[in-house]
Amino acid sequence: MTDLDRFLSTFFNLEVMARYLPMIVDGFVLTTYLALVIIATGLTAGLLLAVIRSQQIRLVNWTIVFLVDMFRALPPLVIIIMIYFALPNVGLGVSGFVAVWISLSLVLTAFAEEIFWAGIVSVSKGQWEAARSTGLRFEQALLYVVLPQAVRLTIPPLTNRAIAITKGTALGSVVAVPEILTQAQTGLSFSYNPSTLTLGALAYLILFVPFVVFGRWIETRFAWKR
Amino acid sequence: MATTDHAILDARAIRKSFGSLEVLRGVDLNVAEQELVFIIGPSGSGKSTLLRCFNRLEQPTSGTIVVDGIDILAPGVDINAMRRRIGMVFQSFNLYPHLNALGNVTLALRKVLGKPRDEADEIAMAALARVGLAEKAKSYPNELSGGQQQRVAIARALALEPKVMLFDEPTSALDPELVGSVLKVMRDMRESGMTMVVVSHEMQFARTAADRVVFLDKGEIVEAGAPERIFGSPAQTRTREFVTRIEHR
Repeated sequence: MTDLDRFLSTFFNLEVMARYLPMIVDGFVLTTYLALVIIATGLTAGLLLAVIRSQQIRLVNWTIVFLVDMFRALPPLVIIIMIYFALPNVGLGVSGFVAVWISLSLVLTAFAEEIFWAGIVSVSKGQWEAARSTGLRFEQALLYVVLPQAVRLTIPPLTNRAIAITKGTALGSVVAVPEILTQAQTGLSFSYNPSTLTLGALAYLILFVPFVVFGRWIETRFAWKR
Repeated sequence: MATTDHAILDARAIRKSFGSLEVLRGVDLNVAEQELVFIIGPSGSGKSTLLRCFNRLEQPTSGTIVVDGIDILAPGVDINAMRRRIGMVFQSFNLYPHLNALGNVTLALRKVLGKPRDEADEIAMAALARVGLAEKAKSYPNELSGGQQQRVAIARALALEPKVMLFDEPTSALDPELVGSVLKVMRDMRESGMTMVVVSHEMQFARTAADRVVFLDKGEIVEAGAPERIFGSPAQTRTREFVTRIEHR
């Protein structure tokens, strides 16, 4: 057996790959689902917090800034472990899936709030004044005039951040969420062959490359505008 | 244009401070229906601040402002309802860049007045036609010249049928060759009887179109009167100095 043969049979063992493909597909489906709910939750909550922050209520804003800074600073894995292992001690046991969902959503919420907020602030004061001078209420000016402009500016950084954070679903392997990496590792422990990890890596590529390409497309799409 | 005694805008003892800086020190200004009042003065004299008090984009520190019979500084007044009767045109146009000209004009018609889309479109097209830009309805602000943008901004305010229009240096951001088109629209509005308060350095326009010129300096009205008097034989030294300086630019 040559070195190359050994390498191929270790990492690209088609027979092992075929055997564990259904497991990885299950993981792929679950990871996709988890990523989507994290993005939906994180972006919605982030936008909501940015809108609340734009009301400029001092105590509320301090709270938002404090929480946002905290969740931007904490490593996602630490948050997952806290939620999964610490909460049951106060009678709030959650599944690994829910722990990862909550944790990564909190992190994405924090980053998204900052990005949306920066977008809102970057819209010139004159836009607010023009809108308000025609009789639009504050929230109408925000919704119809400021946010459409702010969101356009925030799409590229939001896309990048959403990709970075949803990749963190791999951390679910620590709390037994049967996502791609968990399935690949389980396959590895049964087969003693790391080809399952190769398969897992391929699954990640299939899931995230379209995301990355979409992000680049949207960046160029909006770059020339304004 | 004949003016009536009915005051559309009655501002009394307006004071406005930013921190320790007092920008307006007790200004009285009364604007009659169909009158065109021109406010001139050196930069930093408080002209724009005064104008912005008239629709409460700035909150005066003290004083009263009555527009069309309603005290707009009274607690509990529906300021949004008042603002749609007070049109405002800005130096920097402030068109909404994500909406085309039609969308800029229809937004408040639909969201403030609650007009259905087709009715709002109809009103907006009429307003755009008044400023000579009906054919640009589908153009976005970045496809329009400065003069065209400002005329769309005027149409946006006009469409709400305001009782009074405020102009905050409407031509200052324009290239000289584009100023004329905006002034022409303003002159047309005056002909059709719109009550207007204009802050501007367009002295030639003031001479020919204004009913009254108000000279503001250091937050106070120094002098007010017919344009031929303010420009021809001002009573105050400060007015004379300013008028001489501005005419010999």
